Amino acid sequence: MNLEFIINTISLGSMYALLALGLVFVYGILKLVNFAYGEYLMIAGYALYVLGTFTGLPWSIVMVAAIFVAAFTSYTTELVAFRPVRTKSMSAMLVTSFAVSVFLQNLVVIFISPRARAVRFPSFFSETVTIAGATVPVRNLLVIATTVVLLAVLTLVMKRTVLGMAMRAAADRFTATRLMGVPANLVISAAFLISGLLAGTVAIFWVSRSASVDPLIGAAPLLIAFIATVMGGMHSLIGAVIGGFVYGLLFNILSITLPASLISYRDAFMFVIVILFLLFRPEGIWRGGYTEERVG
Amino acid sequence: MSDGSRLPALLQKRSTLLILGVPLVVLGAVVYVTDIPVVVNIYTFFCVNLMLVLGLQMFMGNSGILAWTHVGWMGIGAYASSILSVAPMMKDLGVPNMYPALVQLQTSVPVAIALGGIVAALVAALIGWPLMRLSDAVGVITLFATLIVIHVVLTQWDNVTNGPRTFFGVQEWTTLWIALAGALIILVVAHWFRESSWGLRLRSSRDNRFASMAMGTSVVQVRYVAFVLSALIAGLSGGVWAHLITSFSPKSFYITEAFTLLTMLVIGGQGSISGAVVGTTLVTLAREGLRQVEAGINNSGMFSWEVYGLTELVLAVFLIVVLIWRPSGVIGGQELTWPLFKRKRREEEPAAVESVSAESG
Repeated sequence: MNLEFIINTISLGSMYALLALGLVFVYGILKLVNFAYGEYLMIAGYALYVLGTFTGLPWSIVMVAAIFVAAFTSYTTELVAFRPVRTKSMSAMLVTSFAVSVFLQNLVVIFISPRARAVRFPSFFSETVTIAGATVPVRNLLVIATTVVLLAVLTLVMKRTVLGMAMRAAADRFTATRLMGVPANLVISAAFLISGLLAGTVAIFWVSRSASVDPLIGAAPLLIAFIATVMGGMHSLIGAVIGGFVYGLLFNILSITLPASLISYRDAFMFVIVILFLLFRPEGIWRGGYTEERVG
Repeated sequence: MSDGSRLPALLQKRSTLLILGVPLVVLGAVVYVTDIPVVVNIYTFFCVNLMLVLGLQMFMGNSGILAWTHVGWMGIGAYASSILSVAPMMKDLGVPNMYPALVQLQTSVPVAIALGGIVAALVAALIGWPLMRLSDAVGVITLFATLIVIHVVLTQWDNVTNGPRTFFGVQEWTTLWIALAGALIILVVAHWFRESSWGLRLRSSRDNRFASMAMGTSVVQVRYVAFVLSALIAGLSGGVWAHLITSFSPKSFYITEAFTLLTMLVIGGQGSISGAVVGTTLVTLAREGLRQVEAGINNSGMFSWEVYGLTELVLAVFLIVVLIWRPSGVIGGQELTWPLFKRKRREEEPAAVESVSAESG
């Protein structure tokens, strides 16, 4: 087991953990599997493209702005699409999130382009450094650092602030939390905002891998978030983080061990493993506590 | 209600089928007689989509599980039937890497379509049981993942499917009448299933899983039966579709197509056959109209760039609006029955669902 593999796996796992975490924030409270989640990432990618290409702002501001654009998109979709159907059936909400995803994709197709656009990144993103004999892209180290900081901040917010405690309570027993005087709209909006922030953050690293963005870029991260959360456990934030890291590990191991003729089936193998895993442990790796039925 | 001989009673009992089926046939005849190629084409595709949506309703509408895999079964049916019906020479040309054993196979088109449906149903039967144990969010995600697996296999297995490239050379066999007949047969099957003991048990499990289990329903079993049956119909429809469109690639059986079918079902109302038919009609009309608008915009040069995706954009908005305004669809969970408005006057309780039937046209 060499250092290069370990660092790459941790960085991949970190990115996936953030992705999964963003999905679970909304799922935990609203019990909504948000199919539009990948689109927040895509919108952030296009924000990077538009701001980076046409405004000449310094890259640090462009990146922060892109993250906020994702958060704003997430918040807006909640306000316009999810809030009115929140009290309706589960499948109505699922279909709504799918429709939101199609809507955002086609918005970009119409107003920007169906084809991929190049995104400029500062040069240090693509450089590599050598640590103890292992050559590692700077980007991978940045992902790890960002994840550590974000997880620490989020842990503090969730454990120490009133809003965080209200959100954790709402994920456990939404009705009881509302009876204690916590406004439902506030908690749900906060969850969507955090979800969008995480998607926007991941978008920077995701887009930087290919340095281009296209309308369908959100599909792959959405799937990863799905699978990681299902594997880690849908009912807790810790489970999502664990799921992300396990998924990253599994992905890298399959990439190395699968023979060349089967490598194109890697995704299929991943999902088969996950489906098999779910058969034996439907609740995921990290067993969450009691969860009640969805309430509006 | 109706007294006298048995026939009116039977007609009343089956009035849903008549209300839905007769306009389909009449419209089909009108389209056939007027014989405008564009309209014939649209109506034929409408009938094939109706087959797919009715098959989707059978599982999704009755079980309440979002059935992502439906387009996957359609794809398997389309590929299986096309591989069986295309002449060996054509396959040599179109799919250079195909396994020699498959190249030699050739049957007539109807047999190929039937076998295609059976292949889809077999695959569904093989993997369906464990999937049916999962409910709620985990179930949705797992079915979604299953669609991805099907898509990856269709895209990568180029010894069978020609990989991501187009599979062409399929004989054009599906006509207006074949598609219409298919739609009518599946209409009857879907109606029969919904009213059968299986359908009733499945619907009870949709409305309250635990109460249904307590009443002795084996939820996994009834879901499984519906899943396999719906896959069979999707496979058959896929075969009919393939022999209409004649060339396709795995892209045709993925998220875009799933969105179209889902929109059709959900806008009409996933809980009923009537909803499936009305939804398919509305969405087909909307799509054709929007295509005209899109073409008009592009021809007029209103924008300096080509406008793509307007159809999907508007349909997505349409879908969200319908879900907000009427989350169980335009028709809702009840079937249209004859007489359409009588019951409203007779009963005091609000029969809101029936009153909507006026829009079914």
